[in-house]
Amino acid sequence: MEVLNVECISRLNAPPESVLEETDFYTHSTFRNLLIEGQMWGDSSEAANRMSYSYFLKRSISLIPTILGVTLVVFVIVRSIPGDPVIILFGGFVTGEQLETTRRLLGLDQPIYVQYFLYLARLLQGDWGYSIELGVAGAQPVLSLVLQKFVATLQLAVLSMIMASVLGVFLGVLSATNRGRVDNICRTVSLLGFSIPVFWIGMIFITVFSLHLRLLPSMGRGGPEYLVLPTLTLATYLFGMISRVTRAAALDVTHQDFILTAQAKGLRRRQILVNHILRNSLIPVVTVVTLQFGSLIGGAVVTETVFNYPGLGLLLVQSLLRRDYPVIQGGMLLIAIVMTLSVLASDVLYMRLDPRIRFAKRD
Amino acid sequence: MKSLSELRRFASTARQLKEGLGDFVAQTCKRDKSVVFALLFFTLLLFSTVFADYVAPRPYWEGELSERLQAPSWRFPLGSDQMGRDILSRIIYGGRTLMYSISIVLAVSTSLGLLLGLLSGYYGGVVDILAMRTTDILLCFPPIILAFGILAVLGVGLENAIIASSIFFIAPFARLTRGQVLSAKELLYVDNAKVIGCADARIIFHHILPNIISPLVVQMTFNAASVILLVGALGFIGLGTQPPTADWGTMMYEARDYMNLSSYPLFFPGLCIFLAAFSFNTLGEALRDYWDIRERAL
Repeated sequence: MEVLNVECISRLNAPPESVLEETDFYTHSTFRNLLIEGQMWGDSSEAANRMSYSYFLKRSISLIPTILGVTLVVFVIVRSIPGDPVIILFGGFVTGEQLETTRRLLGLDQPIYVQYFLYLARLLQGDWGYSIELGVAGAQPVLSLVLQKFVATLQLAVLSMIMASVLGVFLGVLSATNRGRVDNICRTVSLLGFSIPVFWIGMIFITVFSLHLRLLPSMGRGGPEYLVLPTLTLATYLFGMISRVTRAAALDVTHQDFILTAQAKGLRRRQILVNHILRNSLIPVVTVVTLQFGSLIGGAVVTETVFNYPGLGLLLVQSLLRRDYPVIQGGMLLIAIVMTLSVLASDVLYMRLDPRIRFAKRD
Repeated sequence: MKSLSELRRFASTARQLKEGLGDFVAQTCKRDKSVVFALLFFTLLLFSTVFADYVAPRPYWEGELSERLQAPSWRFPLGSDQMGRDILSRIIYGGRTLMYSISIVLAVSTSLGLLLGLLSGYYGGVVDILAMRTTDILLCFPPIILAFGILAVLGVGLENAIIASSIFFIAPFARLTRGQVLSAKELLYVDNAKVIGCADARIIFHHILPNIISPLVVQMTFNAASVILLVGALGFIGLGTQPPTADWGTMMYEARDYMNLSSYPLFFPGLCIFLAAFSFNTLGEALRDYWDIRERAL
């Protein structure tokens, strides 16, 4: 491609018609079809396809030790909490005999490494332990509790991610294409978004929209109106980063030869912006957004405490305060797994979206 | 004799540093007004941290319940909180708590991360695999979640929040250092140093480290902003500093229950967290531009 583009530019001295023809040919049929249309969204080459599957497989397998490590960390954390888990389980009132029986039952009389393997085996069987808090129907299994709350968090996270992406990409492209004053303002705004404490902006939203204007509910979960403020809050957490990445990517693209070609052949500014700059700079943005999904869940933890939104984060905070260790263990594990998967997804997306990387890796 | 030459070298380094700093300030302040703001904010924060006892209008614990939740006035420049304490004084002392926590977290995480990254980048092999696997695992947790786990073991409180944040920030710093070492290791002057028989320690600290220091300093500045937000969030949830110690996040945690009566005790501490984080981010950005380091998504 490099060669072709250089050739296009060297022909700029030729009469306009021929330039238009040439560049039109290269930019539209070759470049756009091959690089953008053909392989950015779908795939036409079978070899590349096979290659990316094997890559996917390899990456997935390499995640197994990481996830094992995560379970180990969570296991170590919970086991090093001071106090006897059985006594905690019984709330302190327990006879010696009960203590022994329960210990044997839970496998706590085994050596510590055997306990770890027992824990792993139980995890794989879907037995993530029971919350010490009694629900309506007795002790709740951690897995279903955590998953149920996770759905609420996911709703919040996905909505704010969409919102942050739209805002961030807009601001980033605006900033990259208008250097100077606009760029400075956009950069400062994105830096502000980057630095705003989620809990502070959330509190401001509550004060303004719930306390003074009485427009939106400030706490809990229900209809769509309950999602507005938390989504806005969480979006400020992410949009600064997205706009920075977009700006960097768009600046990178702007200096590429094919933009010069497009300008030279007289494409309208808007066309270049949408078809050439925006689409190409979306590649790193998509991967960064995916990569940030895990940490977005981390940001959701704080947002949920601000708005008393019953998601995974609020559950974790409450469990921490009432020392419900099985739930903390399960929640941490789930979040870490989601984060690992989002890193994998980001890697794979990056390869799928950018053929240059895929072909480079094959060589 | 040796100490004299050491002293001279130190003096010349200090002079270079001073000139570099002046150059940086002159160059960036002209272009970017937010850097001026950041530097001013730092000076103010540093000044009020050191001289908190003289600057604060009254002690941070002293309150009169008959004067609770007042709006800003001459008596209470930023209003009073739910115990009738002066918010301005508490913010000034809270800055002290903040500086204390940032400096410890940065010192611990930077030195350990640097050491880990230098060793694993330079030697490779088993050390590298072990270190990178460990950071992989640590990076699987969002910082606040990892902090939850650590606080579950250690119990809540400022010291434990500091320990938890320090542990988290080791991992990204180690990874960055390792990457930088890997690319610096291939350069000719390192080969040169090896050929003339320099010891590993000399190569690492004399040849590699000075050449990779700028991205590390930039990352440290960004980390400082993240530490501020993390410690603030932990305080806001009620897991950080415990009352009555003044801390910006904890002030917001305490004031939350009274937000329908007065929003000043909630607004000003949060504003300070925001400005502090913004200053560090601005400074990091300006330093990166000054040293011309390419943006990387970390």
